[in-house]
Amino acid sequence: MKKEDMKKVGAIAVIGGGVGGMQASLDLADSGFKVYLIDTKPSIGGMMSQLDKTFPTNDCAM
Amino acid sequence: MKVIRKPRYVDPSKCTGCGLCAQYCPVESIDSYNAGMGIVPGIFVEYQQAVPLIYTINRDVCIGCGLCAQYCEADAVDYTQKERTDVLDIGAVIIATGTETYDVEPLTEYGYGRYRNVVSSIEFERILSASGPFRGLVLRPSDGVEPKSVAFIQCVGSRSLVKGNEYCSSACCMYAVKEAVVAKEHLHGLDISIFFMDIRAYGKDFDKYVERAKDSGVKFIRSRVSNIKENENTKDLRITYESDDGKMQTNTFGMVVLSHGLCTPPSSSELAEKLGVELDRFGFCRTGEFTPLETSQPGIFVSGTFQGPKDIPETVMQSSGASALSSELLVTERGSLITKAEYPPKIDVMGIGPRIGVFVCYCGINIGGYVDVPAVSKYVESLEGVVFVDTNLFTCSQDSQETIKQKIIEHKLNRVVVASCTPRTHEPLFQETCESAGLNRYLFSMANIRDQCSWVHMQTKEKATEKAKDLVRMTVAKARLLEPLERLTFDLTKRGLVIGGGLAGMTAALGLARQGYETILVERENELGGNLTHIHYTLAGEDVQELLKSLRKQIKDEPKITVHMNSEITEITGFIGNYKTKIKDKDTGKESETENGIVIVATGGKENKPTEYLYGKNEKVITQQELEVKLALNSQLSTPKSIVMIQCVGSRENEKPYCSRYCCSQAVKNALKIKEKFPEASVYVLYRDIRTYGTKEVYYNKAREKGILFIHYDEDKKPIVTEKNGVINVVLKDPVLKRDLSIDCDYLVLSPGMVPQEDNETYAKMLKVPLNQDGFFLEAHMKLRPVDFATDGIYMCGICHSPKMLDESISQANAAVSRACTILSKDRIQAEGTIAHVDIYKCAACGTCEAVCTYGAVKVVENETRTGIERYAEVTEALCKGCGACASSCRMSAIDIKGYADKDIVAMIDNF
Repeated sequence: MKKEDMKKVGAIAVIGGGVGGMQASLDLADSGFKVYLIDTKPSIGGMMSQLDKTFPTNDCAM
Repeated sequence: MKVIRKPRYVDPSKCTGCGLCAQYCPVESIDSYNAGMGIVPGIFVEYQQAVPLIYTINRDVCIGCGLCAQYCEADAVDYTQKERTDVLDIGAVIIATGTETYDVEPLTEYGYGRYRNVVSSIEFERILSASGPFRGLVLRPSDGVEPKSVAFIQCVGSRSLVKGNEYCSSACCMYAVKEAVVAKEHLHGLDISIFFMDIRAYGKDFDKYVERAKDSGVKFIRSRVSNIKENENTKDLRITYESDDGKMQTNTFGMVVLSHGLCTPPSSSELAEKLGVELDRFGFCRTGEFTPLETSQPGIFVSGTFQGPKDIPETVMQSSGASALSSELLVTERGSLITKAEYPPKIDVMGIGPRIGVFVCYCGINIGGYVDVPAVSKYVESLEGVVFVDTNLFTCSQDSQETIKQKIIEHKLNRVVVASCTPRTHEPLFQETCESAGLNRYLFSMANIRDQCSWVHMQTKEKATEKAKDLVRMTVAKARLLEPLERLTFDLTKRGLVIGGGLAGMTAALGLARQGYETILVERENELGGNLTHIHYTLAGEDVQELLKSLRKQIKDEPKITVHMNSEITEITGFIGNYKTKIKDKDTGKESETENGIVIVATGGKENKPTEYLYGKNEKVITQQELEVKLALNSQLSTPKSIVMIQCVGSRENEKPYCSRYCCSQAVKNALKIKEKFPEASVYVLYRDIRTYGTKEVYYNKAREKGILFIHYDEDKKPIVTEKNGVINVVLKDPVLKRDLSIDCDYLVLSPGMVPQEDNETYAKMLKVPLNQDGFFLEAHMKLRPVDFATDGIYMCGICHSPKMLDESISQANAAVSRACTILSKDRIQAEGTIAHVDIYKCAACGTCEAVCTYGAVKVVENETRTGIERYAEVTEALCKGCGACASSCRMSAIDIKGYADKDIVAMIDNF
């Protein structure tokens, strides 16, 4: 089968569930696509979940 | 794509996250969430707010004793789970695997691993956290005593050609300043010194943060530390460093924090290999300067720190951007795999008295262990309007939802109360359950008898039970008054408006068009391009004019884009999904009107015009942008012997306290170009901090290798520029040589930074969106929503948000497209049910509500009513978030939040 004949699939795999992967997943799901969010850890959040606060507003990172 | 699913040994459909199992688990492992400073049980969640809140057994330490399974009341533990492989059918991939922190142990001069009071920055981050190993107290690991002084050492494992990585890790300067500020908040009087090479506060509002840190007493010492020695008795640490004047100094600190950089873990390269994605020499994903989100494999996109070291907002922008590019690829399949929730017809509750059903939750032992749940349940039966009461081990479990649904139907319940945990996490679940039984989702109310009762009164069980009764009684009182609320829906014009035709605006317009939406692009000048027209080459040598040519052609060839050149917008009215825009042609004065569903602001910025250093008085004093044009058009620059560049001209001081981010890289780029064209020329760059963040550092190093001289100056010791007989002379105090340095030059090149466009203010007023102090547009959240305005349906990208590099503008423009698609892809706009409502006959039209509304959802209007022409506040339902700021500030009590009206709150108070 030629490449252009292949049927496209309305699903996207997002690898990594940190702040980046979560944002991409939310945007995609909110605009009509199925998302598989894949992470090696038992919960999402990535490195940002380890941060106490964020600059320059000192907002809580959690 | 094949994905290996590792077993949790806990059934996620049964686990309620109650945590009982972990209390009885007899084994422990190292707490990696707390950077190794603590222990967790063998069955664990990483942290209390973890999503999903499902426990996992660490089989490396588990001894299989079976206690967790025995105590799990939900019967969720399953030792027999096996690893399995899922095959996913997908159309695109986004890699967002991030980075890990650089391992500092091999850098022996810092003593990490040998001296207990030398910690890494991620460890210090956990120390500062209330959920950290010391519950937020700043304590030394060696003795648990508060340190009197802390030193931060920057660039550990970064910016080094010898040890560690050559690149700058981009985030460490700012996180160190933040940790310093927060530590001082936790421990007043704490003495903090930051040892640094350059402070790279290049992001939006970062320099202001650094200035605040200096004001609060944080000391900044420009020096590279040579070694650290521990005092064996006190465990204090002695730092030896070279000071400004070249002398060796020593200083003693109670703790040392190593600001370690970011690097890609080995697992990233394994993944890249599996996906056939190319990496650069540092292990980051290889991307192009004009295609920052595209990997070497078509259909595979990248975002975040795996693409290169960066901070959170850039990660978020790239991630939304990668989302836009992957959905663009699959645009014909939008919605094809999405299932829509279907609900039964609504039960009509009007004219029927309240029939309240109350479900009281044990939450395992979380509530049941401290509150007498049967007693609460029995008490609730006696309350007015209550016709049914039930208790559940876990009201949130899937089978409980079925029970609630059945009971609603069986007992003709028309109000539901759940007494359990927090509505923050669980209200939507129970509202869905009500909806699935045909009950309006706003006929539900929740009493929090866990977080606000059982958890805080564990020692006084009787009182906890009494308080639980109070809380449920108050909630039932409110439930009696609940009315069904409608979530209004509105039409939506599936057309985009992009203001500004520079790089960001063009990229956004093309993105929207490729997502299938008609787009109006408005540009103030006679040609598209904005700042791109002045840029000729990039640091890596890409041809920017080729990019510009290509973008202009793509726009011209795109039938979905209508361009209005030499035009300005005179009026935008309406709200998300429904804007009406008037566009005026500046030549003819003719106005046209268009309707659009979203607005992307990409008004750009421009190079500042310097007022100092003889600019405008001597034609050999030029800006970096002017130099670049001369360098690109060979004939315009006579062979120079000596060129001096001055950075931060009129930037990072007084009126323009911000850093323009790109100027250091631009100076390095132009300096390298001069050396390429005129190898004999001497080039001097006078700087305050060189901010070639990320992998741009490589070009800074290259520039130094080529013999370009970088000389530091302080804000209060600026270079002095004079002209004598047509020769420009620059005098600067050299900090190391301690004498004046005098340079005659053929050209003096100034980096004056970027200023916002004047029409930002006009557009800010027109769209009712805020600007920051410097005149750039202010986003909804500096970290997590860098593309959105607080007002729904309006987005920003490019320099109008803050000065940035080309690749960053491209990423943000794609991000704006992604955010816009979350609206444009919908059939209708849906408002919330719990929104503000104005009693226009009480309203005095004072405008306080309009002033306090963050979302631009309420404004004072003038309209004809049955009592004549009246002025009153009007709510735009589609924009209202129901936050209540207007209602609580209304002095006429004319505004109520539906579902949280004064009468509802008063009923709760009366029943206390």
